[in-house]
Amino acid sequence: MMAFDSLNLLAILGMAVVTYATRVAGLALAGRFDLSPRAQAAFDAIPPAVLIAVIAPSALATGWPETAAAAVTALAATRLPFLAVVVVGVMAVVGLRALT
Amino acid sequence: MSSALDDARTGFSDVWPAMLAAAPFALLFGALAAGKGLSPFEVFLMSALVFAGGAQFAAVELWATPAPVAALIFSTLLINARHVLMGTSLVPKLDGFASWQKWLGLAYMADENWALAEKRARTHSLTPGYWFGMLIPFVACWLMMTTLGAIVGPALGDPRRFGADFAFTAIFIALTAAFWKGRVTAWTVGAAGIASALTYRLAGPPWHVLAGALCGLAAAWLAAGGDAVVATEEAA
Repeated sequence: MMAFDSLNLLAILGMAVVTYATRVAGLALAGRFDLSPRAQAAFDAIPPAVLIAVIAPSALATGWPETAAAAVTALAATRLPFLAVVVVGVMAVVGLRALT
Repeated sequence: MSSALDDARTGFSDVWPAMLAAAPFALLFGALAAGKGLSPFEVFLMSALVFAGGAQFAAVELWATPAPVAALIFSTLLINARHVLMGTSLVPKLDGFASWQKWLGLAYMADENWALAEKRARTHSLTPGYWFGMLIPFVACWLMMTTLGAIVGPALGDPRRFGADFAFTAIFIALTAAFWKGRVTAWTVGAAGIASALTYRLAGPPWHVLAGALCGLAAAWLAAGGDAVVATEEAA
């Protein structure tokens, strides 16, 4: 239960330090932050770019059931609330894998 | 003039729907982390020190034994970079906070409570009572449910049986929709997805995250070129 691995601990502490830095950066930056609209667009694109970069191998390079289920999920995401999208995606992959 | 306790109650009544919505994801996060070999204590520690759903899910997706420390930290930094802008917008509204309340309170700024605080600040002055009344139950719920997920998760068996291994992918697609801003996002997603999948095949993990993210940002920068003027007008 209390087991930990020193490398895991190092990773968690590193993640904590960089996350805290992003959260308190506003204390230093407030009032003197003026991005060009183009830099603003690139900044706004960070969350989707990172999210998609993380899942692309699972969605596009695993097998056709995963790729098809990702497409179904993306379609669901255009019209359903968050939790429903996740349920649809998971059900789609279970169903499509059963066909293989 | 309302008391700190009244403000804390208002904070709690504003945050509880977000808290309930996060609970199943917290359980799932704990179970998936346990599936990657993290102990309940490590899951608790990560939730307490990092407290960022998207970054934590991404980290567990990348997690391996031995832990790819640099890739985990870099992915966390990229995903949480948005906090810099969120904090920059929120800090001027924290005038009623003591210095230690700012340094402690901002440690748990996440998408949900940030958005609620910004909303509150439009009609009221933002008080420490409101902020911590919102924060404490929200963080406590995330800690309890992620740790519980790590404890009960292994008993549920192979996550592939319920398609739980695909839940990450589905969650991230749903989150991407929440960040959708039209044409620029479409270019970002297309470039990031293709670059990441190709890099994964050709160079292997964890390089696909960096390559995909950078190509996505480059695509956003290029696609925003013609839109820059329009975007400024919309923002104004």
